Amino acid sequence: MKKDIILSGVGGQGILSIATVIGWAALDENLYLKQAEVHGMSQRGGDVQSCLRLSSIPIYSDLVPEGECDMILSLEPMEALRYLPFLSKGGWVVTNTVPFKNIPNYPDENAVLEELRRVPRLITLDCDAIAKDCGSPRSSNMVLLGASARVMGILEPDKLREGIGNVFSRKGGQIVEMNIKAFNAGLEESKKFSK
Amino acid sequence: MSQKKLLLGDEAIGLGALHAGISGVYAYPGTPSTEITEYIQAHPLAKERNIHRDWCANEKTAMEAALGMSYAGKRALVCMKHVGMNVCADGFVNSAVTGANGGLVVTACDDPSQHSSQNEQDSRFYADFAMMPCFEPSNQQEAFKMVQEAFDYSEKRHIPVLMRLTTRMAHSRAVVDEGEALPRKENDRHYPDKEHEKFWVTLPAIARGRIRQLTQDQELFTKDSEESPFNVLKDGGDTSLGIITCGIAYNYLMENFPNGCPYPVLKVTRYPFPTALLRKLAAKCKTILVMEEGQPLVEQRLRGLLYDGNNLVVKGRLDGTLPRTGELNPDLVRKALGLKVKETYSKSEIAVPRPPALCQGCGHRDFYAALNLAVKKYGDEARIFGDIGCYTLGYMSPLNAIHTCVEMGASLTMAVGAADAGAWPSIAVIGDSTFTHSGMTGLLDAVNSKSDIVLCISDNLTTGMTGGQDSAGTGRLEDICKGIGVEPEHIRTIVPLPKNYPEMERVIEEEIAYHGVSVIISRRECIQTAKRHASAARTAAAANADNNKFK
Repeated sequence: MKKDIILSGVGGQGILSIATVIGWAALDENLYLKQAEVHGMSQRGGDVQSCLRLSSIPIYSDLVPEGECDMILSLEPMEALRYLPFLSKGGWVVTNTVPFKNIPNYPDENAVLEELRRVPRLITLDCDAIAKDCGSPRSSNMVLLGASARVMGILEPDKLREGIGNVFSRKGGQIVEMNIKAFNAGLEESKKFSK
Repeated sequence: MSQKKLLLGDEAIGLGALHAGISGVYAYPGTPSTEITEYIQAHPLAKERNIHRDWCANEKTAMEAALGMSYAGKRALVCMKHVGMNVCADGFVNSAVTGANGGLVVTACDDPSQHSSQNEQDSRFYADFAMMPCFEPSNQQEAFKMVQEAFDYSEKRHIPVLMRLTTRMAHSRAVVDEGEALPRKENDRHYPDKEHEKFWVTLPAIARGRIRQLTQDQELFTKDSEESPFNVLKDGGDTSLGIITCGIAYNYLMENFPNGCPYPVLKVTRYPFPTALLRKLAAKCKTILVMEEGQPLVEQRLRGLLYDGNNLVVKGRLDGTLPRTGELNPDLVRKALGLKVKETYSKSEIAVPRPPALCQGCGHRDFYAALNLAVKKYGDEARIFGDIGCYTLGYMSPLNAIHTCVEMGASLTMAVGAADAGAWPSIAVIGDSTFTHSGMTGLLDAVNSKSDIVLCISDNLTTGMTGGQDSAGTGRLEDICKGIGVEPEHIRTIVPLPKNYPEMERVIEEEIAYHGVSVIISRRECIQTAKRHASAARTAAAANADNNKFK
């Protein structure tokens, strides 16, 4: 069993926290894992991505090859588009629909969503609104992770919840609860989409 | 019980160094190397043993301090990004002349594809040039092991060792098995023995002998390299092609051959280059493909100046089989191997680049806004020399605030040279950490020649671009400038906030009007570290509340 995931978004949105949770869960399941991160200059509002590779057998490359990615998990819709050449033909795109417009030439929002529909296995949701409804507007990254949990196929939702508990524990029980709530809300929303 | 940890390549180096019994890590932050030192700083063993772990002012001071620790018999690690090698080159190259007493390992993190750098120089050239062994791990577990081996080897052969990482090795996480062994004890202090003590004085008469010795040692180092388990020649049935991989290129090769590579492969992770293994490979294969992450060092050697491709065909970056610049990846390697290209989704036609930008609310932004207002009246005459840090992003629209950015500290000295050439107003913009890294000596030049420049230090009280490490001169910048000889009335401090624009503009104008050295310190905390400090305070308060519940 092998799953290649590309996490994408804009610097500062919190994709590394998603990676940390998945990483913890994978380690606890004794899976092999490689996770290439972006540090440095791009973290200042530029496009950021992280390759996450999980497998039951050893993994060589830190980078996901083109056409082999099983899932693009994106906190921003245009950033999901950027990595389409990496997606396998049967792969999933799970993305936040809220655009992050910090550039003057951001494309038409509807055109972005339209192009995403090229992918048959698509889950789109307004992570920001769902996080707000849960009372923790800063947890939209965990909403997105929750929305991916049904189709991730290598880690069970319970394992990911355990990961959240572990990663956020040092910030206190309340923060853990808020993030779990956001995760569950994302998972619930994803049920509106057929598998 | 053996411990498994999920570590960045950088962190694996840090953990390996702790296991090797270092007594100090000496470093200046720089992407992609910063996390090595940060890992050591946060590790309980560092505190328990009181390992030296403060950030250094720059890579040269780091290199020299580590050399001093090695002289005193203890093990020291130096870390930097690749361009830091240029800053410490004098100490680095001459440390091969003095040799090492306590184990000395220098870690340089190269950045092919320039994710966060101004060039993609390959640090293996430095090791080659200094005649120093170089280790280049291909994965995180190897990094953990190799750094320990590097310390042992450094002591065994009395020579510093260069560890070379590249971005994808430094910034990728994988599981590292820490093993059963406890970290080795630190060395006791002991000075160089009778045989080696004189080499630490590099008077020409002594150094000449030492250079002869070092040159002779190359044969020994090569033999060690050839016999090392880190360099492996793997058989393959199809000898129509032989492959050499350096460092992480091996991973991209094997990614394309999940059931094993059909060609013979020479996997190199340690230099001097294992020539004997190459000879064996070349005896079987008349075409050799070289895959190296970085510049074509090995490939160039293999081709040689009189290369005609008759006896041995060498493929790689120089003949276009692989791109001449940029980092490798599984897809480029796949193409180089002539394997079938996979069907993929086409590239998006509407996704546009999203370059990094200064944060909203950043003090650098407000400083540049005021600077732009102040120099507007000079039109194209005003020349603004920028420097390395977040504030280099002031070049981008809509600020368009700087004309140059070259290397650490160059803003100041380039402004001096331009002023000498008649440029006016000639203005330098530098960050606080970059100023103490490489700006202070330039300021002394400026003061001594009474240069007509304005030096603006955009002080955010931290080393911002690399994530907020301590900045060496925090709280003392005015005193430093005064001490160097800037006239106190021309050292001005401003607070970069929109409401202060009129005052900031006035101060900048006044100092432009002064025909001598002026320093304007624009000071406001980095918005990222300010947020972090606030959040840490909140967490502490919440933890406190939790505790009180149970009292």
